[in-house]
Amino acid sequence: MTKTIKGIAAPLPLANVDTDVIMPKRFLITITREGLADGTFADLRFDNAGQQRPEFILNREPWTQATILIVGDNFGCGSSREHAVWGMRQLGINACIGTGFAGIFYDNARKNGLALPVVSPEIRDALMQLSNTPNGAEISINLDSRTITAGDISASFEMDDATRTSLIRGRDDTLDSLEYAGAIRDFEAGLDSKMRVSVIK
Amino acid sequence: MSRTLYDKLVDTHKVCDLPDGDMLIYVDFHIMNEYTSPQAFSGLDTKQLDVWRPEAHLAVVDHVNATRSKEPHDAASKLLIDNLQANCIKHAIAFYGLGDPRQGIEHVVVPEQGLVAPGMLIACGDSHTTTYGAYGALGFGIGTSEVEHVLATQTLRYKRMKTMRVTVDGDTAPGVTAKDIIMKVVQVVGAGGANGYAVEFAGSAIRGLDMAGRMTVCNMAVELGARAALIAADDITESALQGHPHSGQFAFKGESWISDPKAVFDEEFAISGADIEPLITWGTSPDQSVPITANVPSAVDYVSPEAKAALARSLHYMGLSEGQSAQSIKIDTAFIGSCTNSRIEDLREAAKVLEGRHVAVGVEAIVVPGSAMTRIKAEAEGLRAIFEAAGFEWRPEAGCSMCLAMNDDIAMDGERVASSTNRNFEGRQGRGARTHLMSPAMVAAAAVAGHLADVRDFKRKTSK
Repeated sequence: MTKTIKGIAAPLPLANVDTDVIMPKRFLITITREGLADGTFADLRFDNAGQQRPEFILNREPWTQATILIVGDNFGCGSSREHAVWGMRQLGINACIGTGFAGIFYDNARKNGLALPVVSPEIRDALMQLSNTPNGAEISINLDSRTITAGDISASFEMDDATRTSLIRGRDDTLDSLEYAGAIRDFEAGLDSKMRVSVIK
Repeated sequence: MSRTLYDKLVDTHKVCDLPDGDMLIYVDFHIMNEYTSPQAFSGLDTKQLDVWRPEAHLAVVDHVNATRSKEPHDAASKLLIDNLQANCIKHAIAFYGLGDPRQGIEHVVVPEQGLVAPGMLIACGDSHTTTYGAYGALGFGIGTSEVEHVLATQTLRYKRMKTMRVTVDGDTAPGVTAKDIIMKVVQVVGAGGANGYAVEFAGSAIRGLDMAGRMTVCNMAVELGARAALIAADDITESALQGHPHSGQFAFKGESWISDPKAVFDEEFAISGADIEPLITWGTSPDQSVPITANVPSAVDYVSPEAKAALARSLHYMGLSEGQSAQSIKIDTAFIGSCTNSRIEDLREAAKVLEGRHVAVGVEAIVVPGSAMTRIKAEAEGLRAIFEAAGFEWRPEAGCSMCLAMNDDIAMDGERVASSTNRNFEGRQGRGARTHLMSPAMVAAAAVAGHLADVRDFKRKTSK
């Protein structure tokens, strides 16, 4: 993961875009992470006959090349399905800029290199307007300095340290955490027997 | 120093701080289903990792299985179910699959099995894991990468949330249920209003609920964005811990599982129980609800152009007109089920409305009990007979079914469903399907009337 994410941004102004809309359930019947690009925003991108909806932003030039989304409030709400993030990454999306994200979606994004900078409503609206211009706004997100630059706009964004470090380093949380195996064993040693769940098979 | 219940739960489960601001927290119990776990097991394989403590996990089939029969309805769902079973055998994890007398919707099965107790920390790859807050346990949903993390380490990387308390005081009117209470909270706080917060529910209207009602409240707290929901443990909680297969196995001592009297919350909301009416959603977000006696909103009710546009979009999807009365909305389908409202208590409430009545002509009505145990209990109580006499289809197998339509219970384009579920998102119950959320009793009333109806107009016909 680079420290700077650059690309064309597409405005997606709807509030409360949920993970059912990002990844409809008919694409969830899978045991792998792959093959989810076509399912991403499927009902927004395609009509019932499978034809592209020409009016949808990601089907219009230059936003067919978009790698950043400017999104409405509470993006990613609903189901915990990580398929939503996998699909967005497979569609080529590297970042979503918004005023706030649902918690599980936020954590899933971090695990998959999808950056979610949080900005004020005013900045979000300004970016939304800018990215809606026919030239298509090229946006630059600097994770190190936590700043976004686009056109005349230069603004700071919020991102917690752990998420930022994870995005920059692209690390594997599971393997990293196993370095604390000793601490986990110590914790378990302090549990009395009635605090150790054992499920009847 | 005074602490909230949430802070006590985090403090007692903290393994260590991590250098970048996260902490590792210990997961006492982890639940899996067939659709969010396959890639987690593949991750273990790729990294050549073992499951840290296999006995602390339970896998339940619930999301994709058919509820008409024990047989999977297609090859794709069979693949997911078989994959979970194979992974559980390989890693020595308890598996409650199709045909197992303990199978059902995970959040219905866990309390039935006595696998939740105050002071526990429970994770699951399902957003409605907030349900366990009803027991004074910290439950929350996780993604598949985190499922892998719990399997391999029995911990999660965690950031402490801010705290919010929602107090609902005062008696609620007859006909007003736990579902109406939480739908009111979602309406007031807003979808996403509790993003970043752990929410504790307090007040006499909450204390007065039985465990099923408390679970309904905590279950739907995720619809306001809460990453955790909590209700302080009390005598009602304690008595609910008895009589299950795992009863007596666990006791999480060391703290009183209530917030200290002087604990300070980052946010507070207060709602009067007396002001809550039976609610229905009219839109495509769970906070878009009105009392059953009211009308669908109009553009004049909103100020900003964005809000007016959002209203227009929701109404267009839902096929409704501005200002239309809630009770004029005709339905095609009635669905009672889901982790929110498929417990025995929910079925009893719906049966009270249905006894001596019949579903309206043209309405398809389905009830899917939350678990095999719930179904058997309901049949023994005579509830199945009431549902079937009223024209409901009684499903023999348990599962999430039409709540999210991952099995073969899919609503058609434009089909309108009165639903006891938790999400009215676009496409949730099928592409183009139109969902109205409400309590199970209100679904029963709508099924009988053929349109959304006020359950308070349905006096009980026979007395028991």
